[in-house]
Parts: sequence; C-alpha cells; structure tokens
Amino acid sequence: MPEPEVDTRRREIAGVLTGEFQSPSPDQVLENVLENVLLFLTSRRDRNAVSLVCKSWYRAEALTRSDLFIGNCYAVSPRRAIERFRRVRSVVLKGKPRFADFNLMPPNWGAYFTPWVTAMATSYPWLEKVYLKRMFVTDRDLELLAQSFPAFKELVLVCCDGFGTSGLAGIASKCRQLRVLDLIEDEVADDEVDWISCFPESGTCLESLIFDCIECPINFEALERLVARSPSLRKLRLNRYVSIGQLYRLMIRAPQLTHLGSGSFSSSDIVAQGDQEPDYISAFAACRSLVCLSGFREIIPDYLPAIYPVCANLTSLNFSYANINTEQLKSVICHCHKLQIFWVLDSVCDEGLQAVAATCKELRELRVFPIDAREDSEGPVSEVGLQAISEGCRKLQSILYFCQRMTNAAVIAMSKNCSDLVVFRLCIMGRHRPDHITGEPMDEGFGAIVMNCKKLTRLAISGLLTDKAFSYIGKYGKLVRTLSVAFAGDSDMGLKYVLEGCPKLQKLEIRDSPFGDAALRSGLHHYYNMRFLWMSSCRLSRQGCEEIARAMPGLVVEVIRNENEEDKDGFEILYMYRSLERPRIDAPEFVTIL
Amino acid sequence: MQDFKFDTMPSNTADQSPDSGTTAMSLKDTELTLGLPGGAQVVIVGGKSCSKRGYTDTVDFRSRCCSGESSAKAEQVDWPGNEISGPGNAPDSKAQVVGWPPVRSGRKKALKSCKYVKVAVDGAPYLRKVDLEVHRSYQQLLMALETMFDCFTIRRNDLEESKIMNPVNGAEYVPTYEDKDGDWMLVGDVPWNMFVESCKRVRLMKSSEAIGLAPRTPSCTSTT
Repeated sequence: MPEPEVDTRRREIAGVLTGEFQSPSPDQVLENVLENVLLFLTSRRDRNAVSLVCKSWYRAEALTRSDLFIGNCYAVSPRRAIERFRRVRSVVLKGKPRFADFNLMPPNWGAYFTPWVTAMATSYPWLEKVYLKRMFVTDRDLELLAQSFPAFKELVLVCCDGFGTSGLAGIASKCRQLRVLDLIEDEVADDEVDWISCFPESGTCLESLIFDCIECPINFEALERLVARSPSLRKLRLNRYVSIGQLYRLMIRAPQLTHLGSGSFSSSDIVAQGDQEPDYISAFAACRSLVCLSGFREIIPDYLPAIYPVCANLTSLNFSYANINTEQLKSVICHCHKLQIFWVLDSVCDEGLQAVAATCKELRELRVFPIDAREDSEGPVSEVGLQAISEGCRKLQSILYFCQRMTNAAVIAMSKNCSDLVVFRLCIMGRHRPDHITGEPMDEGFGAIVMNCKKLTRLAISGLLTDKAFSYIGKYGKLVRTLSVAFAGDSDMGLKYVLEGCPKLQKLEIRDSPFGDAALRSGLHHYYNMRFLWMSSCRLSRQGCEEIARAMPGLVVEVIRNENEEDKDGFEILYMYRSLERPRIDAPEFVTIL
Repeated sequence: MQDFKFDTMPSNTADQSPDSGTTAMSLKDTELTLGLPGGAQVVIVGGKSCSKRGYTDTVDFRSRCCSGESSAKAEQVDWPGNEISGPGNAPDSKAQVVGWPPVRSGRKKALKSCKYVKVAVDGAPYLRKVDLEVHRSYQQLLMALETMFDCFTIRRNDLEESKIMNPVNGAEYVPTYEDKDGDWMLVGDVPWNMFVESCKRVRLMKSSEAIGLAPRTPSCTSTT
C-alpha cells in the first residue's frame, strides 16, 4: 500500500481520537459506506475482486477483511500480510504440499509457524481463530499463541507436527475463551503431560474437542470431569485409548453431542468375566442429535449393534479405521438412509458397497481406503463396487477409491450416472495396471470423467495411462483446479496438454512420470496463476529448472535432493510456487533455490 | 481328550530383520505349490523352514515376512524413485515404492493391528482381547494366549501336536472359536487366514465340555 495514503488515513483516525475532528469529505463518506458494506462480504474471491477496483476500494477492503487465507505460507511474508490487513480475526495458513504426507518430502523442509505467530502476536491482538494445515508448529509457538490473544476461540491443526502434549497444556490452561480445539491427523509428541487436566476448573465454553489422532493415553477421569463442566460441547472425538466402557460414561454425560468419535470401540484389555456390560444401546439412543459418527479404532464388531439407534439420523459415518466385513457393514448401513458422507475400509468388499448403494441415496461423499495398502495386496473391492455406487448414489459429488482392479466401463458409467461429481480420485494401487478385462489403458475412463462431469474441479488419476488421457484432461477439464498424477503418460506431450488446456489449474502434483524440460517450458504462461507445481522422479534436468527460474522471477523454484545424494546437481523433487517475496532463508541444506 | 494340532510355521517369522540372510526362505515363501490341504508339514530346523509348506502357508503368501517389513520400510525416510526391496522379497514380488499407494503413514500404522476378538477361558475370572492380525499362525496365537493367561502352559509333545493345560489342576483345554455364522468350531481346523477372517471370539473350553464340536481329522486341516 503506498505510504502517503496510509499516512492520510492515520491522520484522519488520529484526528478522530484527539477530538480535532473535521467533517468528512464526500470521498471519505463513500469510503465509510463502502467499509460498512464490505463487512458483509465474506468470500475471499469476491474480496480479491473488490480490492482490484481502485485504490480506495483496495484500502477499504484491506481494513475490513477479517478472515485471512494464505494457501502457501511462503507466497507472502507475515510482515506484508500484516501491513495490508490490519484487522484480522481469523487466519488460515497452509504449508507443505500434499505429497509430503506420503514421505516424499524430506523432514525439516520448512513451513514453520514461528515467524507467523511471532508477527501476529503483536499485530493482531484480537485474533480469534487459527487454522493450520501441514505446518510445523512448536510447543513454544503454542505457548506464545496462548499468551498473546485474550479473545482466542478456535484452534484447528490439520496434518501438523512439531508439537506435543505440553503445547496443548498451554492452550488448555491459558485460552479461557476457547471454544474449539481440533487436532486432525496431526503427529503429537507424547510429553507425558496431562493436558486434559489443564482446562479451567470453573467450566469451559468448549464446543468442539477433537483429539482422535493423539497416540498416547489421556487422563480419563479428568476428561469425564471436563465433559461434565462443558455444557456447550457438541463435538467430541476421542482417541483409541478410550475404551467403550469409558465412552459410555462420557455419552451419558453429554447426550447433546452432534459429532462423536467413539475411540477404540473395544473393551479395555482386561474385563471381568461375567460382568454386566453397560447398556450401550440406550446410551446411543439418548443422543438424539447425533449426526456424525467416527472412531472405531480397534473395534470389536460385537459392539456394532450399539449404534443402531442413531443410524437413521446419521449424515456422516467414518468406518475408515474399522476392520469390519461385509455382513457387519450391512447390519449397520441398512439403517443409514440419510447418510451423506461415508468413509470405509475395503474390507467390506464389493458386496458391502452394493449395500451402501442400495440404501444411501443421499450420499455426497464416499472414501474407500485399503486395509492393506500395498501394491500387491489382494484388493477386495473392484469395478463392481464402483459401478454399484454409481448406479445407487446419483447425487455423489466426491469420491476417493482405492482398488486393485478397475475397468473403463465402470468409470465411464460413473461419469454418466454421477454428473454432479466435483472430486474424482481413483487410486489403482498396482502401478501401470490396465483395464483388467480389456487389457487397455484407463484413458477412456478418465476421459469420460472430464468430459461428462462438468463441475469437476479435482482429479487424481492412476492405472496404465497414455498421453491420450492427458489430452482428454486438457480438452475437457476446463474447471480442474487440482490434478494429481502418478506413474502415468508416455512423453512430454502429456504434461503439455494439461498445462496448455486447463486454465483453472492451480495445484499440480506429479510423480514418476516421463515429463521433461520441454514439457515444463510449456507452462510458462500459466505458472503465475498457480499455487504450486510439484514434480518428483520425472525427467527434468537442473538446466531446465534454471531456465524456468530465470524466465519467471516471481516464482520460487526449489529443487530438493535426496539427503544421501552424492551428486550435488542431482535432485528428486521440483517444487515451485509463486511468491511475492524473495526466496525463503529457512530452507535446509538439501534444498536449492534456483 | 482332544489333541490340538497346529500348522506350524517358522517360529521366527515375525523377527526377521531386513538384513538377515533369509533370501532362500523368502523364495520359498512366495512359491505357490499345490499341496493337498493339510498335507505337507513344515519342518522347523534352526528356526528356518526348509521343506514343504503346509496349506496355510501356500494359500496366501502375503502374510509372509515380507509383508510387514516392506510396508514398514516404505515409511522410512528414503526418496522417490528409490525402490526399496523389503526383506525376503522374492525377485518376482514387487518391491515397495516410497509413498505409494498414497496412504498416510498414520493411517497405515493404525490399521496394522485391527482385528480384535475377545478371549474367554473357562474358569478364569477375566476376559481378555487379542489382536488376530498381529499373529501369523495358530502357533503364535497360542503363545500369545499362554502369555496372557499365565495359568496355562502349552505343552509341546512334538512339533505337530500341542496341548493346552493347566499344570495346577491338570485340566486340559481346547481352543474354540465362534465363527461368523455363530457356530462354535475348533481352532486350527481351517487355514489361518480363513480363521482370522471368520473368527468372532475365542474361548478356551475345558476338554470335558468340548463335545459335539466337529471331530478333527487325523490330518491337520479340513478342506473348506
């Protein structure tokens, strides 16, 4: 923001404060009106558009933006963000690219929360919400957060690491207004601190407490007391150290829950024989508002019938940690008519998916995870399950499907039956597997998806794929924003089709595909419109990457080596992203920024 | 009095280190032979198998030593494109590639042990639970039970027959299980993987009460 205009504004505000107030000019009035109107504008895309209208609109928008979204923590510095947006209440920060989840990125690559929390601590005193994804967060960061923001209400950490239970203890004890503490798929170190006991004794405003990812025991008695003094609690997701008997005790104290993560759903290790087990069914029956159920981390299937009373109301059911078979699933799913989101393991087989298709007519999102995530595993689900789902669940919008066998016919059927699809992610686990009936590549199936699913924005492809598949994506995938490619394509043409054909492409992650420097060059016109490009184990050369770096100064081009790699010029990963800043200085030794 | 037989398996399967010289064994592991069910027995010599496989062992080679270790290796920090051979991977079974399939390691770890069933013992005051996925054979399961219920020993007469008995009162026990159809069966009648799939709970029944259960055939396993 140009300095003189900032000074003018500051003087005006100062004038109001000191009483040297003068009647506002017409321009000023308009700006005040605009600010008041903009308070109602929440969509960040709309706000970005507003900020481009003219300088005064830019200023007004900057002053009224309360929700800051930063999709790549290295695209902008904390200082720059804070200077532009002064009155932020909520921050979303995303760090590492998604392939880091699969051990493809070396540890200690970056995405540190520290510089952000340090800067915000002094500049955003009224900060209420922090949402972090794939960031490295330390206990000190959490401590600083807890100390610096008296109005702090919500902390959501997704796929983060770097902290432990001692950091959580700080949050619990110091954030007196805390309503939401959601820890989702984080790696949390066991510091042997009883963080559950650290919440204020006199009652809390907790509405959501999610800690199912924590891999260490918690103080159950303290949790029970916490639930008892948290009357606003609606969402509670327990970790696998909570037995079903303990779950029972919590449920009878909190029948108002809407979201429940059921912990282990298993008896504790030693149970007295002949002991009367609690009436689990009535505990579930008492939770009349329950709409979202998950957990089942070490399920003893005997206990499944306990959930029957809530099935008819469920809109979301997550069985993706529950090793249950077809029959066990059928006994539950037949009641779940309202289900919209369903996550499950392939242990339920095609027949289980057929049962889902028969009952869950409102299904919007399906994820089928492999119980045995290896390339040469058996694969109990196939095109049969996919076909059934496509025929039964016509409102499907999002699917993630792991399998070992697939056919083009089934994928084509889904493209025609489920025209509302926005997300289509198919993972055929064996690399380069063709249509297992015709022996042909999977080109036609994925081609049909981009052709027929007109709302598609996210696509992940797998199986044996030639450049033809990419030509389809480039030709028809006009709304595709995220594309994930692995072990696919024949030549540079594949990547070219996509870079030249997909105007909305923002996130492109590619591994082990034969795309080289020429293909990389073909995206020069588009890279500034993208959040990032990831290419690992492809056919790139260092010179090719250097060429891109020279041609596009607004891109940060990182080449990342194998830590053991002797050859200092060799690299495994190209990770490049647009940025308003000079390249980061916190990169480790095996990262070279060109 | 029922004798309890097991398909014996190399006892140190679970312990094989990545670098141990187990190539010879691993090739055998992945060999698919058409033995009659319950036919060939595995002879244990120095902890390593060196002869024909039992039926259990041929049915599903994925429960071999390479399965656990390979996926564990796949989670190690190593870089894309470096194919890692798990220990005991035969040349014809695919080496696992880092980060593929794309499932988070947290999820993989959580699913590693996930087939819990209750174990009851006649006369014992406590129920326990055991994770069937963690074990690879009846032998291992029994050893785990022996540890859990320390009032028992499993007396091995020879390599093929074992008896569960309480040395204090001399009572003998028969391991039984309830299958998914609700029938009570004798443990050991079906190939291990089939047992894991269909077992709902386990009960160590006093031999004197174990009448009416399907009689065992002299050769180890029945066809299913």
